Amino acid sequence: MTQTDADLLLLFAGSCLLLVLASLVGMVLQSQLSPNTDNPTVETYLTRVRTWWVMVLLMTLALLTGRIGIVVLFLFCSFAALREFLTLTTKTKGDHMSLVAIFYVVLPAQYVMIWLGESGLFSILIPVYAFLLLPIVSVLRQPDQKFLARVSETQWALMICVYCLSHVPALLTLDIPGYQNRVVLLVAFLVLVVQLSDLMEYYVGRRFGRRSIAPRVSPKTWEGVGAGTLTAALIGFVLNWITPFAPHEAALMAIAIFLIGSGGSVVLAAIKRDLGVRDWGHLIPGQGGFVDKMDSAIFAAPVFYHLTAYFWSV
Amino acid sequence: MRGILANIVGHVLALFAQFITAARADWRGIEPVRHQRIYFANHTSNADMPLIWTVLPPALRRQTRPVAAADYWLKTKLRAFAGGEVFRAVLIDRRREHQTDDPVDKIVTAVNEGASLILFPEGNRNMTEDPLLPFKAGIYNIAQRCPEVDLVPTWIDNISQIMPKGEVIPVPLGCTIIFGEPIHVRTGEDKDTFLTRASDALLALRPTEDKAP
Repeated sequence: MTQTDADLLLLFAGSCLLLVLASLVGMVLQSQLSPNTDNPTVETYLTRVRTWWVMVLLMTLALLTGRIGIVVLFLFCSFAALREFLTLTTKTKGDHMSLVAIFYVVLPAQYVMIWLGESGLFSILIPVYAFLLLPIVSVLRQPDQKFLARVSETQWALMICVYCLSHVPALLTLDIPGYQNRVVLLVAFLVLVVQLSDLMEYYVGRRFGRRSIAPRVSPKTWEGVGAGTLTAALIGFVLNWITPFAPHEAALMAIAIFLIGSGGSVVLAAIKRDLGVRDWGHLIPGQGGFVDKMDSAIFAAPVFYHLTAYFWSV
Repeated sequence: MRGILANIVGHVLALFAQFITAARADWRGIEPVRHQRIYFANHTSNADMPLIWTVLPPALRRQTRPVAAADYWLKTKLRAFAGGEVFRAVLIDRRREHQTDDPVDKIVTAVNEGASLILFPEGNRNMTEDPLLPFKAGIYNIAQRCPEVDLVPTWIDNISQIMPKGEVIPVPLGCTIIFGEPIHVRTGEDKDTFLTRASDALLALRPTEDKAP
């Protein structure tokens, strides 16, 4: 077993410990507050804990498999997210060919290029080629009727669900001196920082929060964001041994991840409000859709990828 | 052997349809329990029947048979296997000269044997811009002869975006199947009144904010 695998298993054990605690808390809460499984808050919490178990297992399996496992896992997540997003955006019959191209060409191509490590291609396929070519396809098929809304909402879906999200597996293509065999741990770092600091932000924000960040759109509060920032710094600091960063750099990186992720979560909540839906989808029990679950990671991933590439990679 | 194969193919098809559309059942007017029912739905694409069939919980699915066109489902051996053994369709020939027995008799027999049904009361796929075509008399005749069976309006939403008319390749967008409150034919209700009431019950399920222009 390599050192990287040993470290992954250690992180897995740590996550399991946290989840065992979360499950125990859930069982106590259930026996006290929801003996007939009829307290919605407790039941939602229990559903979420079960979902976390599945997520931790899937992530660990994918990380142990290496690049192919991560690429396949996130290809599926992108596909599910894209379906949720594009179901709700403005489109007409004339966009059908563009949608076919997105699902059957752009999405797989992006992930194949990441698998091949072609960073020159996967970083421009969607912001340049898809951005310019898909509107041409749409204009040839139906030039009138809400044209700007159609093409821009479609591009937003692609950027959010495919381009941004695919920067999680793209971390594996980075070439960092002295860190070549351990690069898979960057994915673990990103996911752990996002999930744990979001959790703290959620708890403190709901419990003690007073000042709302975006009234009527998101329940997030400034107090929650403060708590999340501190938590992120702490987790970054503690986990610096799995990263190529110095301890203070890891803490700063974690703060950047958390702040951008929280911003993304509010932005996507505003879009949901605009579209008149409560959740993006229904596939993740207790948490809505894939976009709901991954909103912070979606915004954080490309920035984390770029900062790491810019300052650490050769 | 063929029975087992049909069962497996059925499960694979259901999984595949779930994967493509993430089809979701919205049990708005009724619970998904084993009660004999006739689901009547709008019909715009060939995917309609399999979609309703896949969102039914497996226990209900085993009990439910679609009413489908023999002239379509008996055309090739593969279709005959799918229609006859996977979906166990009640096959009706739409061409009058080929009808050996009364289609309504055949459907009522299936109901008397305990089956629930999936039925498209428009008779044909709706290729127009209208949300629904006028219903054919069939559903009235069936409802009259099976007064105890629930007639459940079933609206298939968003299918026109998954595969617009004239397109060949479906895109995997989300799709919702909305099940409304059941209706029954009233004593003394005439055909036209009932058909209008059934059609209105189905239209009422249509989401108001329909994005398709």
